[in-house]
Amino acid sequence: MQIIRNQKVEEDAWRHVSDGDPLAEGSVTVSLKRWLEERDTLIAHGGSLGVRLAPADELGEILADLPHISLIVLEFPAITEGRGYTQARLLRTRHGYSGEIRATGDVQHDQLSFMQRCGIDSFVIREDRDIEEALDAFGEVSVRYQPAADDETLIFHRREQG
Amino acid sequence: MYQYDNYDQTLVNERVAQFRGQVRRYLDGKLSDEEFRQLRLRNGLYYQLHAYMFRIAVPYGLLSSRQMRTLAHCARTYDRGYGHFTTRQNIQFNWPELEDVPKIMEELAAVQMHAIQTSGNVVRNVTADQYAGVAADELEDPRPYCEILRQWSTLHPEFCWLPRKFKIGVTGAAEDRAAIRLHDIGLELVRGEDGEVGFRVFVGGGMGRTPIVGKVVREFLEKRHLLTYVEAVLRVYNQLGRRDDNNKARIKILVRSLGVKRFRKLVEEEWELSRDDGLELTAAEIKRMQGFFAPPDYQSPGNGAAEVEQQIAADPSFARWVKRNTLSHKVSGYRIAVISAKAPGAPPGDLTDGQMDGVADLADQFSFGQLRSTHEQNLVLADVAEGSLHALWEGLKALELATPNIGTLNDMICCPGLDFCSLAKASTIPVAARINEKFSDLDYLYDLGELKLKMSGCMNGCGHHSVGHLGLLGVDKKGSEWYQVILGGSAANDAALGTRIGPAIALDDVADVIEKILILYVDVREEGERFVDTVRRTGIAPFKERVYADHPKSKG
Ligand code: HEM
Ligand code: SF4
Repeated sequence: MQIIRNQKVEEDAWRHVSDGDPLAEGSVTVSLKRWLEERDTLIAHGGSLGVRLAPADELGEILADLPHISLIVLEFPAITEGRGYTQARLLRTRHGYSGEIRATGDVQHDQLSFMQRCGIDSFVIREDRDIEEALDAFGEVSVRYQPAADDETLIFHRREQG
Repeated sequence: MYQYDNYDQTLVNERVAQFRGQVRRYLDGKLSDEEFRQLRLRNGLYYQLHAYMFRIAVPYGLLSSRQMRTLAHCARTYDRGYGHFTTRQNIQFNWPELEDVPKIMEELAAVQMHAIQTSGNVVRNVTADQYAGVAADELEDPRPYCEILRQWSTLHPEFCWLPRKFKIGVTGAAEDRAAIRLHDIGLELVRGEDGEVGFRVFVGGGMGRTPIVGKVVREFLEKRHLLTYVEAVLRVYNQLGRRDDNNKARIKILVRSLGVKRFRKLVEEEWELSRDDGLELTAAEIKRMQGFFAPPDYQSPGNGAAEVEQQIAADPSFARWVKRNTLSHKVSGYRIAVISAKAPGAPPGDLTDGQMDGVADLADQFSFGQLRSTHEQNLVLADVAEGSLHALWEGLKALELATPNIGTLNDMICCPGLDFCSLAKASTIPVAARINEKFSDLDYLYDLGELKLKMSGCMNGCGHHSVGHLGLLGVDKKGSEWYQVILGGSAANDAALGTRIGPAIALDDVADVIEKILILYVDVREEGERFVDTVRRTGIAPFKERVYADHPKSKG
């Protein structure tokens, strides 16, 4: 599967393991439920670990485990889903998470720059959409009025600073 | 007024180019109808009964004459020669072609306007007191804070997919003319205990299907924390607001289900964690923004007052207009003039392209080149020297914009109803016209005093019926059009929801029923008592009795 990562198209190096399936070798993601149930086994597994979060999942459930986690996949079941933006931003700015954050689900062109500003750095673009064209999204609007999980400064501070 | 700098202009220009791309992808079949809908809504483009409808932001209701001329030009070139001013101080065009919309956006961008976030589940245009900066009862001008909020909320990456739309209203005056208690967040500039000016924050108000009057979530918020606190509210809402049912997704439902105490606690906890995240405003930043709204170059009054006294004495119809459609100004020698967009027979809030050009000229001649739109769907020239009032009135008469009916029954708020809206259960504009016709005697209207009539064509409540002194709500009964009558609401400081008096009445009877209600009011009112106060004193029972006593056609 192809994904966008750091604004480039590349192959996904991860295996996304369903709840009933046996763990694979290498880099794997599991649901939050499975993470909570099999945490110790997973940490002993040796490969890189990722957790998939649904929009209603509480970040509090994984905060203590963040050092073991190198990918957090946020699910966007519909384009209108907005909770993942807050989840990503808080992971970055409040909880100091520096691993990869990935958006999956109904994810396409017009959400990408907002997601990126909230700290999401990889994207599973919907299969029926043109992944190359989606790359254009990042440069469309260059002005940012407010800080998010990026390095932006509130516009009023920027103007005062000249 | 606020002037774009390079940042603002670049953002708006890039947004137009982005939308052009989205239209192209849609027409190329690369976006589904539903996906494109989400994108166009965030740029003010709806699809209505017959056509696209394009809503353009008028930030806190302030327009330059140049911007008004551009709107006139757009109405003429891309629409059918008129535009509609809305209850949130914006303007809508009802008939643009999709292919033209990016062009219209370009024309708007050239005069520092846009349609960003005028619809969709985002922070919408921030509204304000229409007399901001000139009202005698004002503590401080709210517009600098509105502009600060506008910029902060524009393309805010975290809050572009909220559970539902989000509206903020701000006032700095003693009398609430911005309906802040009926906004998702209402901000009132108040003086704190130590004499410093800050905000009282209301949350969870709104109209729509479940009208609710907002609650105070914070008694006093320092100005520097305006954005830090509002962002904390939005974050709590974005995480906890319902997303499973559109009718329960507004913040008012969240506040109601948690209770304001618990909601307040969640916001305070969030705020504790986020208030240092770079949104605190400095005094210098606020001052810089205030500079854009500095008072114009007022002239000393000369003998304007004496002149206008003479003109008033000489001409009763001018006298009537001055009395009804102008208000006192904080600077002596000046008055605020309200331009009535409620001429008999014209749909409330509509202006033709010629009228728009005309008022732009009048603004240049008489009011420092600026205009305002109001949430009651009129326009305002805020800074008219008394000596110019007569010339202004002549100019407005020629444009058919001098109907002396501000604040009367005929100055009603009215949604588009069946004529333009696919959700409507009843037509509204024809009902408004009939009410206008029936109550055309100005002296009778003046005798009735302040009376806020608000009419919606369905329970979504775009016409604010639930907070009208007299509210009318269109309902469908077996395929025909009926109206519920609601009494005693208000959107001002005494904000309250009205009470339905009984079963709906047939559309044809609406004007007669209003007449009965008003006859009773005139009979029972006490000296100087407003309609709404009489209703509150007597309750709805006497009105109900009068309306249904001999009304065979009513049904449940
Ligand atoms: C033309 C077709 C229109 C449609 C289909 C439409 C639809 C709606 C709907 C569905 C709502 C309820 C949303 C909610 O609160 O959950 C709503 C609210 C509202 N509409 Fe409209 N609308 C239309 C035109 C207008 C116009 C022209 C105006 C201004 C005159 C307007 C002003 C409002 C306002 C102020 C609200 C907010 C009520 C609140 O604060 O909760 N609408 N509209
Ligand atoms: S109140 Fe109903 S009929 Fe009127 S504009 Fe709103 S949705 Fe349409």
